[in-house]
Amino acid sequence: MARVSPDVRLPPFQTLVDAHATELHRFLVASIGSTDAEDCLQETLLSALRAYPRLRDPSNLRAWLYTIAQHKATDHLRRRSRHRTEVLETARAAEPSAGPHETADDALWAAVRALPAKQRAAVVHRFVSDLAYAEIGERIGCSEEAARQNVAAGLKRLRREVTA
Amino acid sequence: MSDLERRLARAPADAHRLDADRLAAALRERAAAAGLLDVAYASIDSPLGDLLVAVTPRGLVRIAYPGEEEGRVLEELAEQVSPRVLRAPERTDTVRRELDDYFAGRRHGFDLPLDWALVHGFATRILQATARVPFGSVVTYGQVAAEAGSPRAARAAGNALHGNPIPIVVPCHRIVPASGGLGGYGGGQQRKRYLLDLEGVHRA
Repeated sequence: MARVSPDVRLPPFQTLVDAHATELHRFLVASIGSTDAEDCLQETLLSALRAYPRLRDPSNLRAWLYTIAQHKATDHLRRRSRHRTEVLETARAAEPSAGPHETADDALWAAVRALPAKQRAAVVHRFVSDLAYAEIGERIGCSEEAARQNVAAGLKRLRREVTA
Repeated sequence: MSDLERRLARAPADAHRLDADRLAAALRERAAAAGLLDVAYASIDSPLGDLLVAVTPRGLVRIAYPGEEEGRVLEELAEQVSPRVLRAPERTDTVRRELDDYFAGRRHGFDLPLDWALVHGFATRILQATARVPFGSVVTYGQVAAEAGSPRAARAAGNALHGNPIPIVVPCHRIVPASGGLGGYGGGQQRKRYLLDLEGVHRA
């Protein structure tokens, strides 16, 4: 049983799930796609639950959860790209002309997922969660100015990739 | 806003709403398997209203009457037992079954392991002595204090009983004043009367 030190008051974990699961899911759908978002959300909450009693600064639990979700999303995309490379190589060997059917939005979200982790999180927070730059900085662990730069850099890259 | 920004703002998530119940079920199952479900709770309906019941891996730790605010009860558990508190009805099934049987008159004692994590000091001895008072009988505050080794601490015993975190199962309703009448009860005197009636004890 994990005992809490008396100076830190942590709310019951269930209240975090009730308050933030929906928005974290939205963030993860935008970050990694709907197929794996729920599983990634489970991983996020399980990791948070594991670390929770040792949390020293409970002043911004929401930002803390987003940080974990962002790491899980990055891990997931890294694993998937490794896996996809293998799958693609196998598929290419079997049928050289096979190409995916993609809509314009699929291509856009694929490009979002291909962004560097901080840019991806910043872009998703800005346009999917509709957050101010100061809040984005708080959630991804950087200054307001750096958050603005990450969004701008992400957009620039997306524009190049999607309109190409 | 550019066309690209507008397309981003039409989030893909709208088409993929989170199934909150499915997530909650998966989370508590995985949490339990990983040994991370320190406090599981659920609401259980009873003739005395909806009871908030909480269990730990050690046993039943809390039963709260509807008069107590749920948020406050859960905060107290988070602070005093563990903040890893999750709603998990299937973990409280045994408690539910035994309470159902008790209220239906099919059961006179509980076979539930208890977790005394919310009880401290003198109250521990008082409540453990209270737990030994059998179905259908009553003892006085002085008697339960004596049983706990402090015969002159009837008043302190009353306070300890008032703070009983596991009413019904730790039967503080069976403790009454030597002077007659029902005495006080954390859940209100009407509930005390209901429980004693259920057990066939009729006191003026």
